[in-house]
Formats: sequence, structure tokens, C-alpha cells
Amino acid sequence: MRIKCPHCGERDRREFYYVGDAVALDRPDPDAGDVVWDDYVHNRDNPAGVTRDLWYHESGCSTWIVVTRNTVTHEILKTELASKVKEAMA
Amino acid sequence: MRFSGWKVIKEGLSGNKGWGAHWRDAQPKPEYDAIIIGGGGHGLSTAYYLAKNHGLTNIAVVEKGYLGGGNVGRNTTIVRANYFLQGNSEFYSHSLKLWEGLEEDLNYNVMHSQRGLINLFHSDGQRDAFARRGNMMVNQGDDAILLDREGVRKHLPYLDFEQTRFPIFGGLYHPRGGTARHDAVAWGYARGASDRGVDLIQNCEVTDIDIEGGVVKGVQTTRGPIKAKKVGIVVAGRSGQVAAMAGRRLPIESHVLQAFVTEGLKPVIDHVVSFGMGHFYISQSDKGGLVFGGDLDFYASYAQRGNLPMKEHVMDAGMTLMPMIGKAKVLRSWGGIMDMTPDGSPFIDKMDGVDGLFIDCGWNYGGFKAVPASGWCMAHLMATDTHHEAAAKFRLDRTRTGVNILDEEGTGSQHNLH
Ligand SMILES: Cc1cc2nc3c(=O)[nH]c(=O)nc-3n(C[C@H](O)[C@H](O)[C@H](O)COP(=O)(O)OP(=O)(O)OC[C@H]3O[C@@H](n4cnc5c(N)ncnc54)[C@H](O)[C@@H]3O)c2cc1C
Ligand SMILES: [Zn+2]
Repeated sequence: MRIKCPHCGERDRREFYYVGDAVALDRPDPDAGDVVWDDYVHNRDNPAGVTRDLWYHESGCSTWIVVTRNTVTHEILKTELASKVKEAMA
Repeated sequence: MRFSGWKVIKEGLSGNKGWGAHWRDAQPKPEYDAIIIGGGGHGLSTAYYLAKNHGLTNIAVVEKGYLGGGNVGRNTTIVRANYFLQGNSEFYSHSLKLWEGLEEDLNYNVMHSQRGLINLFHSDGQRDAFARRGNMMVNQGDDAILLDREGVRKHLPYLDFEQTRFPIFGGLYHPRGGTARHDAVAWGYARGASDRGVDLIQNCEVTDIDIEGGVVKGVQTTRGPIKAKKVGIVVAGRSGQVAAMAGRRLPIESHVLQAFVTEGLKPVIDHVVSFGMGHFYISQSDKGGLVFGGDLDFYASYAQRGNLPMKEHVMDAGMTLMPMIGKAKVLRSWGGIMDMTPDGSPFIDKMDGVDGLFIDCGWNYGGFKAVPASGWCMAHLMATDTHHEAAAKFRLDRTRTGVNILDEEGTGSQHNLH
């Protein structure tokens, strides 16, 4: 698996640390309550198909990346800087 | 058909033509008292114990592929009861006891081999932690022996005791740990269930779950609708998708775990050996192949195959620990879809808000040894509507309440940490 870092270009998967679902960009309000927080921290759509997850270019430029990829084929469809994605959500 | 010494001799003398099929290939009926979705180890054992312990025989197991084609036939077959936390330890203890009587109970040779499991440790701190784990195992009524370096050398003389990166300080020896023949476990439970009247329906994918007014009514499948008063979801790596049919999200991420087997060799490795520091474990199958594996690939995946970095890592670790296996040729590698939970422990629970709907999932990379007790406890839950005492803590609400979080590794209850 090779992942295209928006800064460094296409790199081997070994250079990246995987965090998980990109829900982490959408953190609930601190007072949202246990049901909302449980859902955010633990529950997952866990799709067989296209998913969006967060990777960290640990052995590269240390940037956070939103990777859109297919969990069935391992195809990488799109990579974006997490900071840009977060800005666009505002 | 039952196995016996007499039958083996008779068949041997008459060309082995009289064995027959081990179970009926059933066609779906319009309605059952209960349906189990998923014909893996856990689904089949649930059906078996529903019939055997609770007298429920008008039931069906609905499997989208063939029986035993999922993780139950893809794992590295380690069976052990070396858990530390209350909630886990009584459950795996119960499971190991069921394993010890399984062949007689099923009249099926599952090749359960209690060859002993040795978990190596490499520092003083790790020794303390293992001593404590061993005490917990003994308190639970199971067996554990703390070996020093020389004790390990007696059992495993072929390890590289000179390596400096992770010097071997000793090991926690669990004599009752071992392996079993994974396919035979699925087949044995399948035959036992089928003999008791359970319909095993293959090539039948559940595509939806029918719920009316908060009560489960049945399932939609690729072979038509089937009505049922109770439905159990027992689909391991596919739990997320099937729960979604009931409108539920689960605390589960599906990941790929790889395993490897070499060409058949003369007996060289008598135990199950695990090298936690290197993320490597190994045993030798009765056919002679070295069966080994390591960690998850560490990204969500349904591909049932992994990537090269983890293959390289596992081979590296194996060579670090036991250079003698370096000349063995790897014949095959494969992957399975693991239903990973935040704390690394499973769920056997009712689906809140839907009467008659139950789920058994979240087995992570350790659900093979759980097959007997999981079926036992899931059957108990489905038949009696109450949790079995050995699985009383496997509740879905523990992620929300934080009560009885079962983080056996102590790394944190968060998705990418197990
Ligand atoms: C490489 C590897 C090594 C492992 N090593 C060990 C080990 O050494 N020790 C150990 O204890 N555990 C081990 N495990 C874990 C263990 O194999 C699993 O936890 C366990 O097998 C999961 O339960 P199961 O047998 O019921 O799953 P499965 O066999 O996967 O059964 C689930 C079934 O559900 C079916 N299904 C899914 N969706 C549907 C649907 N919509 N309709 C109908 N049917 C459906 C699937 O086709 C499948 O047959 C390992 C796993 C892997 C992959
Ligand atoms: Zn980069």
C-alpha cells in the first residue's frame, strides 16, 4: 500500500501511523453528554467499501492526512491535508 | 453417522465408501423459532447448545458462504485460558473446560492438543507482570508456571538465547494451553447441531432484519424471507454491516490479521510459543507446517489479505527469536477480518430496544478459543433472556458507562490500541 502525502508525494505505508476513522475531525461539544461522546469515541460505521480515515506522516513531514480509501480493495482514492478539511468544515 | 474404532476398521477394509455427509444441506423453511446469522465457529456452537442445552431444535443457521469459510477456518488455532481480568478469566476458563470434553461430547476428533503455551518475557518488569498474571490464572483455577531462563531453555532449546535486543528472561508456561484443528471444530459443531434437527443453510446471505414495533420478526435473505421469533447476529468481522440492518452502530472496527504456514517439516516445535516483544507467535501443525503470525496490519480492512510490511515484520521477529526456522519455505499466507473492539474484549448481549434480537461479536484476534463458551453463553442468553454468569460482563453499554471495561492489555480503551 502506498499513500500520497500532500506534501511529500507517494510514500510507502510504513512511513504512516494509522489513527482510525476521520470522525476525530468532528469532536462533539464537551457538554454533549455520555451518549454522544460514547458514539464519537467508540461507535463506527465501519464500512466495507469507501471510508475516510486519519493517517499521520510519522516518518515524513509529520502532517495529518485524511485518506479516502476502499477497505475491500485497499485502493487509495484521495488524500487531503487534515487541516484543510477541518477549515472547510468550519 | 457416528465415529468409532469399529467404524474406522470397517471403513478401512471396505474402501472408505460408507462415511456419508456429516450434516444435512438444509433448505430454508418459511419460519423458525430462532435464526442464527453466521455459520462460523460461534454461530455453529450457539446453534448446537441451543439444541442440546435448551431443547430448541426448530432453528436455523444462515450462512452467506460455506460453513467454516470465515475466520474459524483462517486462524492459527491457539486455545488458552491465560486471562487476567475478572470478566474475561472466568469466561475463558469455562471455555477451556468445554474444550477438554469437546471431542467426547461431539464424537468428533477436533485434534485438541494441550501441548503447552509459553509466553516469553524479556525484562524484570515484564517478569513481575507475568508472575501476577500467573497468580490470577491459578486463582481462577487454571494452570500457570513461571519459568526462569533455564526453565525456558529446557523446553525450547532452539531459541536464540544470545540475542541482545530482547534477551530471554523467562516465560509464563500454561501447560493446558495448546491448539486444535480449526475446521474440525466447525464441522463437529455443525454435525452435532444438524443431528439434533438444526437446519444449516449455506449460500444464503442475510440482507435485512425485519423489525416491527420494536420486535424482531425475521430476516430477508438472498434465498427469500425467513420468519423467526428470535434472531442472533454472530458474524464476526461483518458485525458492523449486519447490525446496521437493525439500525445500529457498534463499537467495532474491522481489521485484517495475517497468518503464515511453511512446508511440512519433521517435528521441531512442540509447544505454542509467543514472543510478545517482537509480535510473533508460532506452533507446528500435526501435518508439520509451522503456523505463525503477528500483529494486525493496523488499518480498517475487509480485504482478507494483508500488506507486505507486516509480512516482513513477522519474518524479522521469527528470525530474531528462532533463527533455526530461517530455511523453512513459507507456502501460504492469508488474512481474516477481525471484529476489533476499543478494549479488546467481546460482547454477548441483547440489542437494546429490539425484542428478540441478540448479538455475539467483538472477538478481536482471539475468538477461536472462545468458540465453545461463546456458543454456550449466547445460547443461554437467547433461550432464557438472561446473561450466563461466565459472560455476564460482555455488555454493549460498557463503552458508555466505563463500568467493566475489559482492557486486558492495559493499553487504553480506544480503537487503534489493540
Ligand atoms: C489469521 C488469524 C489468526 C487467528 N488466530 C487465533 C488464535 O490463534 N486463537 C484464537 O483464539 N483466535 C484466533 N483468531 C480469531 C478467531 O479466528 C475469530 O475470533 C473467530 O473465528 C471469529 O468467530 P467465528 O468463528 O464465528 O467467525 P467466522 O468464521 O468469520 O464466522 C462468521 C460467519 O458469518 C458469515 N456472515 C457474515 N455476514 C453474513 C450475512 N450477512 N449473512 C449470512 N452470513 C454472514 C460469514 O460468511 C462467516 O462464515 C485468528 C483469526 C485470524 C484471521
Ligand atoms: Zn509528508
